[in-house]
Amino acid sequence: MELFFQQLVNGLSLGGIYALIALGYTMVYGIIELINFAHGDVYTLGSFFSLSILTVLGIESEMHGWPLVAAIIGIMAGAMVFCGVVGVLIERFAYRPLRNAPRLAPLITAIGISFILENIMQLWQGPSPVPVPTFIPDPSFTIGGVSIEVKQILVVGLAIVMMLLLNFFVYKTKLGKAMRATAQDRDAAQLMGIDINTTIALTFLIGSALAGSAGFVSGVYYGTTWFFNGFAAGLKAFTAAVLGGIGNLAGAMLGGFLIGLVEAFGAQYVSDQWTNVIVFSLLVLVLIFRPSGLLGESLPNKV
Amino acid sequence: MKFWTGLDPRLKGIIVVLVIALVPFVDHNGAHLNFLADASTFVLLALGLNIVVGFAGLLDLGYAAFFAIGSYSYAMLASGQFNIHIPFWVLLFLAPAITALFGVLLGAPTLRLRGDYLAIVTLGFGEIVPQTFLNLSQWTNGPNGISALDSPVLFNYKFGLQTLPYFYVGLLLLIVAIVIVHNLQDSRLGRSWMAIREDELAAAHMGINTTKAKLSAFALGASFSGLAGVAYASKLSLVSPDNFQFNVSIFVLSMLVLGGMGNIYGVIIGSLLLSSLERFILPQATIFAHNLGFMQVDFSQFRFMMYGIILVSIMLFRPEGLFPSRQRKAELHAAELDVALATQEQSMYEEAAH
Amino acid sequence: MSILAIKKLTQRFGGLVAVKELDFEVEAGSIVAMIGPNGAGKSTVFNLITGIYKPSEGEIEFNGAPIQGRATSAVAALGIARTFQNIRLFAFMSALDNVMTGRHARMHATLADSLLNTPRARKEEAGVRERAHEILKFCGLNEHANSYAANLAYGPQRRLEIARALASDPKLLLLDEPAAGMNPNEKSDLMALIRRIRDTGVTVFLIEHDMGLVMQISERIAVLDYGEKIAEGAPAAIRANERVIEAYLGKPA
Repeated sequence: MELFFQQLVNGLSLGGIYALIALGYTMVYGIIELINFAHGDVYTLGSFFSLSILTVLGIESEMHGWPLVAAIIGIMAGAMVFCGVVGVLIERFAYRPLRNAPRLAPLITAIGISFILENIMQLWQGPSPVPVPTFIPDPSFTIGGVSIEVKQILVVGLAIVMMLLLNFFVYKTKLGKAMRATAQDRDAAQLMGIDINTTIALTFLIGSALAGSAGFVSGVYYGTTWFFNGFAAGLKAFTAAVLGGIGNLAGAMLGGFLIGLVEAFGAQYVSDQWTNVIVFSLLVLVLIFRPSGLLGESLPNKV
Repeated sequence: MKFWTGLDPRLKGIIVVLVIALVPFVDHNGAHLNFLADASTFVLLALGLNIVVGFAGLLDLGYAAFFAIGSYSYAMLASGQFNIHIPFWVLLFLAPAITALFGVLLGAPTLRLRGDYLAIVTLGFGEIVPQTFLNLSQWTNGPNGISALDSPVLFNYKFGLQTLPYFYVGLLLLIVAIVIVHNLQDSRLGRSWMAIREDELAAAHMGINTTKAKLSAFALGASFSGLAGVAYASKLSLVSPDNFQFNVSIFVLSMLVLGGMGNIYGVIIGSLLLSSLERFILPQATIFAHNLGFMQVDFSQFRFMMYGIILVSIMLFRPEGLFPSRQRKAELHAAELDVALATQEQSMYEEAAH
Repeated sequence: MSILAIKKLTQRFGGLVAVKELDFEVEAGSIVAMIGPNGAGKSTVFNLITGIYKPSEGEIEFNGAPIQGRATSAVAALGIARTFQNIRLFAFMSALDNVMTGRHARMHATLADSLLNTPRARKEEAGVRERAHEILKFCGLNEHANSYAANLAYGPQRRLEIARALASDPKLLLLDEPAAGMNPNEKSDLMALIRRIRDTGVTVFLIEHDMGLVMQISERIAVLDYGEKIAEGAPAAIRANERVIEAYLGKPA
């Protein structure tokens, strides 16, 4: 029984990471109906960036007190800014020219960008997984036989905070309203005076920044990173976004945590090697039987 | 030049085939011959994917899954693994049938999904299938794969490790494949694919059973990779899950994107270009760099970046590919074409009528 | 004999009732029209006939057999063809290819035939090509046979949609606002074409806004308003019908 709760905790922390990535996928899909293949790699860039900063600052061991807080906030903010900028640049130069092209075109372009990013990261840190200095002390406490690390609470907490902030932004600010309008009807939004280009760029900025934060978190949480992480993580996060209902923020969160749990329980009760198959089978099943996801609306086709 | 274009296309085809068939007698470079023999596998894959993506307009991002099924079919039915030794020539028909069956199984529940969702589902399959082959180690030997596969035998002549027979078999398979694809293009089925691509609802009103048509495309495309799988596995004498990952699916897709989706010959050229990029151009460039003193450089490491750059550049600057079919080129540039002509004229006339 | 019988047809989209208990019959060999203000539900009726929607209630019978809810491709194979309010040609196929595609339901080439280009397939293709040329000529489009549909002018595009619909040798032809956007010359050509089509034995059921055309060409007219049939009869009767006038022009102040 303890094992169950242990995996519950593990699954939720894993899910927090997926949720953060999924938010970015769902935002971008919601606004321009593009599955941003490169998003997973932007996530990895976040951890690579964090690794570089840690290396440059010479941080190798645990920190404490205020310097620790400063390091966490500073590096994470840095990763978010870095990834946000990368996301905006990708949108500007690779996706925007294809905004009116048939859907196939930007999808293929996204795959191309993904390959480019992966290759760059492979050349940057090599083809094997690389250790990330764990500078966050790792006290854990035990409740009823289940060990919960502070890190895990951090991850879940971060995901929830980000979603609340994002929700506030999207539903209570003018820019957020512009985003929602553009997502619903691009032409009408334009006619209302909304600058589509800026709005879409903003969407990518936020989405990629969230992926960057996930990258930072995963790097320091797992203590390792790998150039090819983004592919599987991205695909699973996309599964999460679809599961929750693509275009729906709360759905991305829900989906992310669910997928994390599926993976944790799958690894425990089935087998490690089958978790990917389980998650991707879930993706296929959701798309076949309920493409609108758990929280999405099914829109009828009007002729 | 005029002489050439005036010839009957079938005669042209025969001449090209003869020229290629004579290459081994002129070019004695073993590496070249080996390349051509291997290339035929990828051209087959490209032609098969072209049916799915180019003709029927279904984006398949997990085509390597069918390649895996075809290859493993050969490995399991022509080796010591289960001690089944079905002859190569029979498997040339059996493996495509098996793969086509899987095409139908995978396609039946998923082909009604719209474009990008279908792409993701196929991507999912592309991950699930090789992982499954990896995991079922009691049947597939897991990561080590199945090796020592049976060599094709023709009238007591065993192919073994020689390249030449594989070259000719590859050429033969290609001829068959090209003929089939040509036939499909100008047929009732080919037209229905084009119609579905253009406007699925209108196509249904023509009496086209769109589900069946898409399923046919999927199954036929799968059968081609079944064929490629037999050619590939028999020559390599080994299959392992590593060879059927996502990068292979994208590799084949890139051939279509580069060469020109929908255009049979564009696809063939795209396929040969990308294969030679990997096999010759990058290694040669590395040697060149080494000669210049840059010993650390290894261009093969830039492979994926190259593919990525090719994909992005083509999509941005020439989405129809190098040798587009006229129709695809028109479709992709529709935003620029004055398709608004119809609505424009309509409002003109409505004004005039009042 | 009714070729098409619509009985108590009702279609609801969520809370909206688009078509309300429609009863209507189309006599074989006639030209019949459905008119009504915009949003009256006319195109929805066509969509129900061709299987795009499954009706919430009611039946549609074609030559006595129920077809409501059947798949679109099945309905087409039975002999009902249509054109669309917003032209839905295969834009980047030639006019000839468009018409040849229209003949799909009457062709017999199987998968094997297509794969192997059998003599049977070749013969059938040649036959279909010839028939397609004939139909193009019938609709006055033979000079455009090899142009992309997207490159045709608006009038020819509308006629091409009709040609494509005729390619399946339909018994019932549904025309959804065929005269939209046409100038007076094109309209009179269209009327002549519709009459020629009817003379070959095809029943024509059209939706149209141009009253002049409708009055001149139809033998019977049904008027829809907010999904309900408010009048039915010969053109002269409809022209004088108060409810119809009210529907279009509103109640007098």
